[in-house]
Amino acid sequence: MGELIVKKVSKRYSGGKFALKNVSFKVPSGGGIFALIGRNGAGKTTLVRILATQLKATSGSAKINGIDVSKNPELLRESIASVPQEARAVGWLTPKQFITSYLLWRGFDYGDANKKAIAALNNVGLSKYVNVQNQKLSGGLKRKVLVAMVMASDAKVLFLDEPTTGLDPISRTELWETLRRLKKDHFIFLTTHYLEEAERLADLIGVLDDGKLRAIGTLDELRKKAKYPYSIKILSKDHVEKPKNSIIVKGIDEHYQILTTENNAHAISNSLIKKGVKFSMSPLSLDDIFYYIVRKPIEVENYEEDGEW
Amino acid sequence: MVNKFSQMLASILVNAIYAMVNYPIVLISTLLAPFSLLIVITFVTHGSLLPVAIGGALIMTMIGSGTSLQQDLSHLKNDFKLQDMIVSSPTTSKVYLIGMSISEIVYSLPAIIVLVILAAFYIQTTAIGYAEIFAVMVIIFIFSVSLGFLLSTITSDVIQSWAFSGIIATILSALPPVYYPITYVPFPFRYIVYLSPATYAAEIVQNVTGLVTFSSTTLLIDWIVIIAVAIIMTYIAVKKSKWTED
Repeated sequence: MGELIVKKVSKRYSGGKFALKNVSFKVPSGGGIFALIGRNGAGKTTLVRILATQLKATSGSAKINGIDVSKNPELLRESIASVPQEARAVGWLTPKQFITSYLLWRGFDYGDANKKAIAALNNVGLSKYVNVQNQKLSGGLKRKVLVAMVMASDAKVLFLDEPTTGLDPISRTELWETLRRLKKDHFIFLTTHYLEEAERLADLIGVLDDGKLRAIGTLDELRKKAKYPYSIKILSKDHVEKPKNSIIVKGIDEHYQILTTENNAHAISNSLIKKGVKFSMSPLSLDDIFYYIVRKPIEVENYEEDGEW
Repeated sequence: MVNKFSQMLASILVNAIYAMVNYPIVLISTLLAPFSLLIVITFVTHGSLLPVAIGGALIMTMIGSGTSLQQDLSHLKNDFKLQDMIVSSPTTSKVYLIGMSISEIVYSLPAIIVLVILAAFYIQTTAIGYAEIFAVMVIIFIFSVSLGFLLSTITSDVIQSWAFSGIIATILSALPPVYYPITYVPFPFRYIVYLSPATYAAEIVQNVTGLVTFSSTTLLIDWIVIIAVAIIMTYIAVKKSKWTED
């Protein structure tokens, strides 16, 4: 069972800006999906590029399955594959030609590369498009070609930097299905803006903000880190009589959110039902967690002394 | 053990063979590329400079390989992010450079074959003379692809790539008198054309054709210059190319 270990990694670009500040974490890298979420410019791509040996860290170290990223990149490259942000399958090639070429770059013989390319394209549902030029494919199909490419490789650690950005919901869902199958025997380091994507796919989630790792864990662990793991959404806070052990905040949308404990949540919901007030109640979503970690909510009223979220 | 032949084959397939297979028009374009000036010079001089122009076209084809390499690699790197994908694979920068360089030769092969046939007919020289032309082509090719690779790795978008291509084309293609003898260039401009390594290569090839004669000292200097610039440029390309980012 391998591990991805990142120790105090910092990256300072030539302009002086720090993209990463002492980032440290450890996750199992034998299989599954680790999703790194964060806003634009949070440092996600910088971290991926460092781990995928494309960029050198200013300080700190990282190891993937025991291999040091900066000291032994040649060895590491035999077991990793990367789909960079904004990567595209070369337009004048067909998916089969593109993947065959990629596999040749990875050192396969032509015959093996050709067979694996066709198998991977079939696997992601692109058998109809094997010989259609990449530039004629839709955005979703183009991304699938890239996923098929790394899937066909011998690499067991895959870096996918925002692979679903810009895709329509159906294409995105199809790609998620492929990633779910892929994670059974690969470790996927995924960055994404879509919190729903991380919520649905990831076994572990890291939250990066302004170059710092703010939280890491499973979705449940992240929920537990929040003092109030339940959320009740209402249109007006006037319907609520000062709930105990709770805070009311202005939510992501126009709703007010009562953040509270599970027991309180049931009590508040019963009271709202009696009053006939419309509301929705749920455990905290990753959206909520991300929103409150990265950007503190505008607190409206605090009904407890320490007031920590 | 990684199969380096496969890795080089990948570059040749992507940058030459698949491009030609998927777009056969490319074959015609690459075939015609070196002939435009050759035809003009031949007509203007009523055929008297045809051997010099053929030699010049062979040199220009090699220089064109470097210019094309720079554009192709910049395109693949910046528009498709291919370089990053290759970096995170077992292919090294040297193997990628060699493969992509060979791909440019493969791409130019139709033109080279026609030019070699023309050379066999119109350049009357000895076996050593042909060997000299071949050696000059190889040296200029190494120089130009090293320069092209170096520039491609430091470009961040296609606009920069076009700018580099324009500068290379001026220094290596427009400036040097490869299609006509250097004696046609009046002073003081003759000093300026010596800024281009292609001028030294052209002098050697023109001497082989017998239409222009240079002293043995001049030819020795020509050989030293082209070999030196090829070695220096290869060294710089290997050492200074930005395969990964710091």
